[in-house]
Order: sequence, then structure tokens, then C-alpha cells
Amino acid sequence: MVQGRDRAMSELADPVRRSRRHSIVQRILHLDVQLITALLLLSGVGLAILYSATNQSLDAVHNQLMRMTMAFTAMVVMAQIPPDALRRWSPLVFLGALALLVLVLLVGTVGQGAQRWLDLGLVRFQPAEVMKLAIPMAVAWYISMRPLPPTLLQVFTAAVAIAIPTGLIVLQPDLGTALLVSASGFFVLFLAGLRWRVLVTALLSFAALIPVFWLFLMREYQQQRVLTLFDPERDPLGTGYHIIQSTIAIGSGGMFGKGWLNGTQSQLEFLPERNTDFIFAVFAEEFGLMGALQLLALYLFIIGRGLYIAINAQDTYSRLLAGSLTLTFFVYVFVNIGMVSGLMPVVGLPLPLVSYGGTSMVTLMAGFGILMSIHTHRKLWAS
Amino acid sequence: MAISGNGNGNGNKLQDKGQEKRHFTRRALLAGAGVLALMGLLGGRMGQLQVAGHQRYATLSQANRVKLVPIPPNRGLIYDRNGIVLAENRPNFQLLVTPEQVQEMDQTLKGLRRVLDISDVELERFRQLLARSRRFEALPLKVRLTEKEVAAFATNRHRFPGVEVEARLSRYYPHGPHAAHAIGYVGRINARELSQVDTRRYGGSSHIGKTGTELHFEERLHGDAGLERVETNALGRVIQPLSRRAPIPGDDVVLTLDSHLQRVAEQALGEETGAVVALDVDNGDILALASTPSFDPNIFVNGVDRATYASLQENPERPLFNRAIRGQYPPGSTIKPFVGLAGLEHGTFDPEQRVFCPGYFSINNVDHRWRCWRRRGHGPMDFADAMGQSCDVYYYKLGYELGIDRMAAFLERFGFGRSPGVGLPGERAGILPSREWKRTARGEGWFHGETIITAIGQGYFLSTPLQLAHGMAVLANRGSARPPRILRAIHDADTSETSEVELAESQRLVDLSSGNHWDRLMDSLVEVVHGQRGTARGISSGLDYRIAGKTGTSQVFSLGQDDEYDAAELERRLRDHALFTALAPAEAPRIAIAVLVEHGGSGGGVAAPIARQVMDAYMDGAGAGSRDV
Repeated sequence: MVQGRDRAMSELADPVRRSRRHSIVQRILHLDVQLITALLLLSGVGLAILYSATNQSLDAVHNQLMRMTMAFTAMVVMAQIPPDALRRWSPLVFLGALALLVLVLLVGTVGQGAQRWLDLGLVRFQPAEVMKLAIPMAVAWYISMRPLPPTLLQVFTAAVAIAIPTGLIVLQPDLGTALLVSASGFFVLFLAGLRWRVLVTALLSFAALIPVFWLFLMREYQQQRVLTLFDPERDPLGTGYHIIQSTIAIGSGGMFGKGWLNGTQSQLEFLPERNTDFIFAVFAEEFGLMGALQLLALYLFIIGRGLYIAINAQDTYSRLLAGSLTLTFFVYVFVNIGMVSGLMPVVGLPLPLVSYGGTSMVTLMAGFGILMSIHTHRKLWAS
Repeated sequence: MAISGNGNGNGNKLQDKGQEKRHFTRRALLAGAGVLALMGLLGGRMGQLQVAGHQRYATLSQANRVKLVPIPPNRGLIYDRNGIVLAENRPNFQLLVTPEQVQEMDQTLKGLRRVLDISDVELERFRQLLARSRRFEALPLKVRLTEKEVAAFATNRHRFPGVEVEARLSRYYPHGPHAAHAIGYVGRINARELSQVDTRRYGGSSHIGKTGTELHFEERLHGDAGLERVETNALGRVIQPLSRRAPIPGDDVVLTLDSHLQRVAEQALGEETGAVVALDVDNGDILALASTPSFDPNIFVNGVDRATYASLQENPERPLFNRAIRGQYPPGSTIKPFVGLAGLEHGTFDPEQRVFCPGYFSINNVDHRWRCWRRRGHGPMDFADAMGQSCDVYYYKLGYELGIDRMAAFLERFGFGRSPGVGLPGERAGILPSREWKRTARGEGWFHGETIITAIGQGYFLSTPLQLAHGMAVLANRGSARPPRILRAIHDADTSETSEVELAESQRLVDLSSGNHWDRLMDSLVEVVHGQRGTARGISSGLDYRIAGKTGTSQVFSLGQDDEYDAAELERRLRDHALFTALAPAEAPRIAIAVLVEHGGSGGGVAAPIARQVMDAYMDGAGAGSRDV
């Protein structure tokens, strides 16, 4: 990764060398070879570990493969839309997503104790997912209208624009998505050069709001999750069971792991949610520290590539959007692995491209499509 | 830098753009550094869990998946002295259903009911079990299938996936009530027993010896549990066995009992309530230990229902009660050989001199007449006459002149008032009355009158049939004997080695000043059976060997207050117990026997014929009797 960063810096300084690297794939299909290679590699690892985590269910692998195809399709489609078009549509996409979010609270389908789904007959989907893209797009659009850094008024307006959908998602309730959505908005502001003074003030006031949050907004199961983080043993058979079993799985993997399909914690079903949110524990148990570090490196490469694309983007909107999408991807990875390894509370976030399940994968890959679009739709004057 | 150099013509706006880009790049690199740091944190956490904590978590994960499953050992068998199996382990067929392998539970159950007789109760029990069990656990639908039912199911087996017949070993007593008291039975381990046993040995065991030899030799019969380490998943389903330590089966036990002789004794007792004890006088082997009525020990093995148990418990004839070792009865006249011998030894009378029996006995200054059983009296009696005709007056006088102290001290040497020490559970010691005993037990002084009735085995005197038989064995050996024993050999199932139990040292119990006393006594006992006026002369016809015996009747003087009044039953229960003790053959005794028939009335008429049947069987099969296993 350090190498990648060095290269990013050197290419930053040498546009001629960069332009040489534009391949046919990049110019015609608008895809980024390095990024897509890394994503495909990750998907392959994901399928392999899913096969193990589902006790060798080819059905599950098949289903996941279908979803991946759908997600990669979404990526390719998004990559064809030029960044300028995206920018123009940003406010409308945001307002549309907001409307759907209100709608889902009124007529949404209840699933697993939360009202998240909108049933459109053919497909069911979560408007909150759209928000993951709509917020960074809208905030980047709004902030890029004026020279950076953003004024206090701009920051405040953006904060309100972020807070409203976040609040609606918390009401569903979907803490994980709310976290991602607000983070994606925050990343835009941060990358736009949000002043440290404002940042610190905002963080402090947020900290002050935590008790309010705790008392009035969090459901009991969410409070339990946080409490359990600090002491998993307080509820070893309930919420703590997940964390205890997943740390046992990871720890027992040791340096080189128990081998593919040989993780006892996962194969013998001691590990709960092993197909979905806790799939990283399966990976770490079977492939050990060496495997886990390599997987982290793969994620780091994708994030580094995303930041590289952001830095080299041609306009402020594209930069802010690309940067925010990349950092949001990182939040997925960090929160998920942090949760599974007992560093963070159990917040229901999947491990991108590895966890079983499709909804967030489509959004994520659409985001990577936007990154690729930004990287490949280059105005002539740049080269 | 490069861009700003490019855009010098476009002025401020482009300058700002360049500056914006620099700003952004700075922030993006800052974010990248943050990402790197947090990824480092995750990597560090992995190292902490997978390197530093590996040992601990590996142990925890191992503990998660590995379970120890005990394997119960096979219980040792019980044989009689000739190798006849008295207690064995038989497959007990159960119909097991594994829910997860059954496609349509209702259909399957309906189909099974067409093939097998499954009651509504069994079905209901199964459904309850089904509701609270895991889907991969095999649940019993019907237990104790007959061979016929097993066959019926086997032919239809293909129609019922997930249903199977499993055989588990359970204790079986092939002869049912035969020798049931001596063998005893096993039953389910209860909470109290569970707290006493070594859980390592009893892991997985469900049964334990409850009475008889099953209880007495529990240690040897049980064996040691084996252990299997299995891998299980989070739900407890066994995935695969990992390692296995085989159980050590219990040792087989060879009893001294002779099943044939035992059966003869039981059949001779017939419908009577009573007991027969037969001892090999040479080595103390208990050849027969019968108590009637008996019971079927098999009903206890898999749990007896409340009603059956209550009926056994409340039955006035007490079938569960082992009369041979637990029943304590006044020995009556069967004590006379021992009292007579005491008189001979102490020289308190001349055995040749006749004592006149007027039908009663009285002593100076006491206004009481102790009656002879023969109201009109026996007339003049010498020692042999008195034994043969069981004259009470002769023994009243003998006992009175001997005194309680000398009598008690002498009788004690024959084992009266002491537990015979076979070790069978519930063995009783009886009561040998003496001054000291009365002081301790009753806190009262001794009266002369009590000495007089003690001499004919009445009053406080109590002994068990086993004690009487043992006393006879001591007589047969002229004062020495080995303690009675029930265990003949142990067969180690592991090494297939049979080891005979070493004979206990023969104990010198009684030393007499003259051997003539033994001869005189034996002669007088022969008179009982073979004399013209002997009380047991009824059994002498057709004998091709000679028996030395003694009849007895013991008075039943109390009637429980809560007993129901039933004229016929009352009459029977007021009748005396009938006793007979004997040695055969008289010249060189090999077998000692004691027979008791509750409310039998006449020792000579009821008890003696039973003894003769047993002795006949013994003398007939004398060769077989000592055959090795």
C-alpha cells in the first residue's frame, strides 16, 4: 500500500505518465482496471469464505453470485454516467430519496423489528440505501457551488440536510445505515476543508448529545449492544454471545488459521450470524493472522485507489464525491471488523463484498461505478 | 504545482481551483493517514487475538466443540454354582424416531400405528418429548418391543425413514421369581445413590443393584464406565467421535447356590409362606436360600408402576421380604439339640437317667406350671427319648438346672444372637436371650421362668432360618465350621479368568470335654426321624440314607392390633410356625438344612417333608452338587 501511495504521489506530479496508462477499458468502458481487479478479487475471496460459512452451500454461493452480478452491473451502468450529469441530478436525487424515506415510514414493510422496506411490487428496496449515495452527491453539489473552504452557513445548511434523512433512518430504526449516511455527508464537509474549530465544536456538541441520544432515541436492544461491548460477559448467552464466540473464533485461528472449511467455531455453528455480519470471524479463524492481514491489505488497496481517484479528479464536486464514497466504504470495513473483533459495539453493518446479502452491495458497487466514472470521464484539456 | 503552472493565463479562478485541489489533497491524505492508522488498529487487534491470545482462545474453542460422553459398562452376570445363568443382560428393543430424518411426522406416526401396537399414552408421551427435544435427537416412541414387533417393524422399515429399532442391554432374570430374594434386582439409580457412587465409574449407568447379591456385589458386577470424546456442534449434535476409552465390563459372579436344589426347595414350599436354607456343612456354601412367596424381579428393572409396587408392599404375605435371612422366629424345639448338648457338656444331668414327664413342669415356691406340648405327658424320658419326642418338660428341667448364663454362653458359640456374616443386605442377628441382653435391651432383671422357656426356644429367643442351618452345620462338624458364604467364584470378564473365592478358615467354635457327647446328640437326632416315636418319623419311609433332624413349632403369640378380623385367616395366623432342622447323611453329614413354614402348625408334619424333598434332591445329585462351573 505504501507503494501504491508512492505511485499515486508520483503520478500526481506527472500527468503525462498518467495519461499513458489510460487503456481501452478505461476510455471505452469507463472502468478502472486496478479497482475492478481488486473488487473482483475481493468478491472471489467473499464467495470462497461464504461457501465455508454456509456449511458448503452451493445454493448460497449461487445466490450471492447473482447478487454480485447485479451489483457489478450497477457499477458498470453508473460508470457510464458522466460526473457532470451526476452533479446536475444531485439535488433531485436527494429530494427524491428524502420523499421515499418519508414514505417508507408511512407505508413501509416491517421486517426484523424495523420498518425499512418499500415494496414496489416487482422489487422491494430500502430508500435508506439510495440515501447513501444521495447525501454525498447533494452535499458535494452544494459545497462545490462556492469556492472552498465552505462557509459556516454552508456547513450549517449541509448539516441540516444530513441530519434530516439521518433522523428519518434512525426512526426506522436502522442505526448502521444512519451512521453510514451521516458519515458520508460528514466526509464531504471534512474533505471540503471544514475548519478544525468548527469540527471540534461539532464533535463536542455531538458528545453532549449522546445522553439525549441514549435516553430518547436508542431502542433497548441498541443500548444493550453498546453495554455489551464494554463487557461481553455480562450477557454471555444473549448479546454478549456473538462477541464472545467471534473473538474465540478469531483468536483460535492463530497465525495461519485452521484451514479453509476447517474452522470449528463456524463449521460447528458456535458462531452466530456467520454468513452475514460475522463472516470476518470465519475468515480469520480459517486463514489466521496472515489471511486477515492480507484481507485488510486488499481493503486498504481499494481505499487507497479510491482516494487516488479522488485526488486526481478534475473538479471539486467529483473530488468531494469520490473521497466521501471511498471513506464511507472504509467505515463499512472498520465498523464491521471492529465489531466482530470486539472493538466496537454490534452495529449491523456487513463486510463489503464478503457478507451474504445484496442490498448494500448494490449501493456500494454503484458507488464504485461513480468513482470509475469520475476517473475515466476526463475532459480533453486535462490530457 | 504542475496545474498552477499550467493555468497562469486563466487568472484567479484557476488559481483558486489549484488551491482548492491542494486543500483537498491535504485533507484526503489526512483521511488516508487516518484510514491507515485505524487499519493498523484492526491489524493490531488481530495480532492481539490471534497471537497473544491464541492459546487461550484455542482452548476455549476446543472446549466448545469437544464433549465427553460416558459409555456405560456391561454388568457382570450372575451364575449358580453349576453355571446356570441367574441374571443376564438382554437387548431391550426400543423404537426410536429421529425427527429431522422424518419427512412427514403425522403420516409416519399413523403408518407406524398400523404396523405396531402404539398406545395413545405412548403417542402422547412421544409428542411431549418431540416438543422439547432437538431435531437430530433420536426419541423413543415405544420401549420394550417384543421379538415379534421387532420383526413386524423390520419388514416395513423401508417405509419409515428416520425410524429405527435400537437394542439397549437391560438386566434380565431368566427364571423370574426363582431365587429372587437371593439374587435381588437392579433398578434405576436414584438421587441418593447417585450422590454416593463414583461418578467416573457410573457415568452413563442408569441402573444399580438394589437388593440381594445384586446389591452386595455391586462393586464387582458394575464395572467401569468408558469415555468417548466427541465433536459436537453448537446445538450438541455429535459430528464425529474423536477418541474412545472402552468401558471395563463388570465381573461375573458365581454364587454358591444350586439352582436345582433351590427350585426343589421353592416347589416344596409351594403355596406356603416360609423359607428353606441349605448349607454345605463342609465349606459353608449356601446351596439354597428360598423364601416364599417370591416375586418377579424383572418388574423392577425398568421401573415398577406405583400400583404394582403398592400391592407388593401391602400384601400381608410380604413377598419382597427375604424370610431366610431377615425373618426372625422363635426357634422353638429346634433349639433343643444345642441346649441338650450344653447340658451334656456341663454334666448337669445323667443322659441315661429317666425324667418323668407328667405333662407339666413346676419349681419350688412358684405357682406356675410350664406345660409340655403333650398335655397328658410323656412319662419317663431319657435323653434320646426326650429329643426324639421333643419332650418339653425334660428340657424345662435341663434348662433350669443349667441356668441362663451357661446356656446363653454355650448357644452363642453356635452363632445365635450374631449375624451370620454372609454379607447379604438385611441379614438379621436374631436374639439370644441372656441376663445382659435383657438388661441392655429391656432394662430389666432376669427371671427363672424365662430360663425355662428359653430352653425350648421360646420367650425372647429369635433366630433366622440361616442361623439355624448354620448351627446345625456346627453340630455336623463337631464344633467347627466355616462361616456361610454365597460367593463361590469371580469371573473377570476382561481377562476371562475365573478365580475361586478362597475358603474362609474353619473356625473352632465349640470344644467339648468328650467326643461322646457329639455321638450321643447325633444319635438322639437320628431318633427324631428314625425312632418309632420320633416327631419326624413321617418322613423316614423309603429313605435310603439317614437323617438327623429336629422338629419345632414356635408359638405365635401376638396379633397386630390393626390386623383385620377374618375368622379363617385369623385361625391360620394364630397357628404355630412349623420348623425343621436337619443334617444328612446322619453318619457323615454333608448338608445342613433349616425349614420354616409360617403358621404351618406342625414341624414334623409340614416342615420336615419339605426338608426331606430338598435332602433327597441333594443326595440324588450329590455328584452334580459339587460340580465345578
